[in-house]
Amino acid sequence: MRHLRRKLAFYLVALWAAVTVNFLLPRLMPGDPVDALLSRMQQTGGAVSPEARQALEVMLGSGGQENLAAQYLTYLGNLLRGDFGVSATYFPTPVSTVLTQSLPWTLVLVGLSTVVSFVLGVTLGALVGWRRGRWSDALVPATTFLAAVPYFWLALVLVFVFGATLGLFPLTGGYDYGLEVGFSGPFLASALHHGLLPAITIVLSSVGTWLLGMRNMTVSTMAEDYVLTAQAKGLRPRRVLVTYAARNAVIPSLASFAISLGFVVSGSIVTEAVFSYPGIGFTLLQAVQNNDYPLMQAVFLVITLAVLGANLLVDLLHAVIDPRTRQTGGR
Amino acid sequence: MGDHHDTGRPVLSVRGLRVDYQLDPPVHAVRDLSLVLRRGEVLGVAGESGCGKSTLAYAVNRLLRPPAEVVGGSVVFHGPDGHDTDVLALTGEALRSFRWRRVAMVFQGAMNALNPVLTIHTQLTDVLAAHEPGSRRRDRARRCAELLSLVGVHPDRARSYPHELSGGMRQRVMIAMALALNPDVLVMDEPTTALDVVVQRDILRELGRLRERFGFALVLITHDLSLLLEISDRIAVMYAGRVVEEGTATRLLTAPRHPYTTGLLGSFPSLTGPRQDMRGIPGQPPDLTQALDHCAFHDRCPHRRDVCAHQRPPLGPAPAAGEHPTPGGGEHPTPGGGAHLVACHAWHPDRYGAPAPTALRHGTFRPTHTAEVVDP
Repeated sequence: MRHLRRKLAFYLVALWAAVTVNFLLPRLMPGDPVDALLSRMQQTGGAVSPEARQALEVMLGSGGQENLAAQYLTYLGNLLRGDFGVSATYFPTPVSTVLTQSLPWTLVLVGLSTVVSFVLGVTLGALVGWRRGRWSDALVPATTFLAAVPYFWLALVLVFVFGATLGLFPLTGGYDYGLEVGFSGPFLASALHHGLLPAITIVLSSVGTWLLGMRNMTVSTMAEDYVLTAQAKGLRPRRVLVTYAARNAVIPSLASFAISLGFVVSGSIVTEAVFSYPGIGFTLLQAVQNNDYPLMQAVFLVITLAVLGANLLVDLLHAVIDPRTRQTGGR
Repeated sequence: MGDHHDTGRPVLSVRGLRVDYQLDPPVHAVRDLSLVLRRGEVLGVAGESGCGKSTLAYAVNRLLRPPAEVVGGSVVFHGPDGHDTDVLALTGEALRSFRWRRVAMVFQGAMNALNPVLTIHTQLTDVLAAHEPGSRRRDRARRCAELLSLVGVHPDRARSYPHELSGGMRQRVMIAMALALNPDVLVMDEPTTALDVVVQRDILRELGRLRERFGFALVLITHDLSLLLEISDRIAVMYAGRVVEEGTATRLLTAPRHPYTTGLLGSFPSLTGPRQDMRGIPGQPPDLTQALDHCAFHDRCPHRRDVCAHQRPPLGPAPAAGEHPTPGGGEHPTPGGGAHLVACHAWHPDRYGAPAPTALRHGTFRPTHTAEVVDP
């Protein structure tokens, strides 16, 4: 338990640091983002109320009536209430609404495909390492090739072949826009149909990295005395592979998995741009193109939170898989 | 080896075993090696690193992985019921159930032989579960506790992970694990290398006690000849993939017949014997990719003559009592032991062209000033 408490304390400090940097960054930017924003908002949405201007100033730290400490407190208070201000791109929709609408799309699509890619890559990697010297070795160059091809190009080729030429998958979007968003059969089917091709491109382009890493670790783990002992013990090959070789070989991959889980939110930009997928990456792209500072700030915060959350998750998972990391915790 | 006339029934016979590492060029790690292990005896296998000791051990339990490959010979296990098993022909399920029940192994370096992510309990009980599929979980847990107390480890330690145990305890756990199925043969590859001498001693004493109780045959593989001399019944000295001398521990200690054995004896201090000068064996073991049609030791041997560089000495009976300075021994088989065999031209005056050198007959190894043959 002490182990867990220490970890949680560390993550709280990291969270505080991230939130504070997020507060400071726009205030360090040259120029006045509020004025830039207001002119944009006026172009798109007409009149802007004085309250909106004040809210923006609190958020982005210009206007300069209050000192930095007071601004910081107001900013923290707004964060706790989930108030990120109003988006300029989707004026007058609040940023929090934009986020809640786009985040689930990214989490489900990119999160699921990252997990699928990891599980697939690690499983295949363990098998290829275990059966070294057979035909399955060919999987290594094949998947590494797919990983080396620039992602956007691979995605475009697949869109061209399966979307445009064969017509098997829709070209853009997250669902059929004629349908109501909700937990209805037709909507879920449509979302699945739209998500399948982007998911396949993500898995194809990332599975090679997992496979190669896991295969190499499996090969070196197999040379360990405990794997040899397990074989000499007459255990079933499946148990030797899973509990003795793979379980030890997967530990380094877990750390990389933590990092890639954290980048689920930010790493989806290209995917969502290619497929015009209504997720957080697409939103960030819109925000950047429109100088939408509140939205960017909120997206950055979400990315930071995702990295921290994923790291915490894997830290906990690590303790389950590798007893040596529990060492400091005591009992 | 057909010329063993012994009373102890064999449990494992290795005949003409050849193991190659299929590299380019191939490395012939074990060359036409024959050994017989008898029930309940302690056989020591000694030799420098790279002489094929471990390769032999792995071959016996079919644990060689590519590029290592058995290219000739046979390994036969003689079951307690008189049924013989061709070990090299076993596959799949038959091989799986042969392993550990018949031949258990403790590997080089106790530190890495236990899986770091599983508890001792899991690693001890999974061997029981694999070989006795019908057994109940509770019985296996009880057996695990029994085994641990057998080797002097408190059963509570079953819940520990390997990193929470000391090196000596890990080695004891390995021994407990090896005894789980009451095997006929226990092979230990460098069992005490990573341990300090006090712990080494405890472990070896423990092993002796357990062997008396369970009657398994023990194969001890180590470069530490002095350790072997103390606890083995019989010792085989390996050089460049072959046995160059084989005999009872007493014979090897008092009347070593191969220059390599005398060299090894001279390079280790005896734990109990009188103080003596220590000398190394100059030179390197030969390149194992070569055919070695001559005596593999000849270029390091102080007694070499022309014949040594041209003809390989066969493994044959060592000279009888009259020819060496210590009384007793010779061709008389000792209890639990075998004949004294040596592969050296020096004991055959007709081939050697001279009587056996005095230094060799006294079992001393003087690398420089007593070399009796000048380099060509």
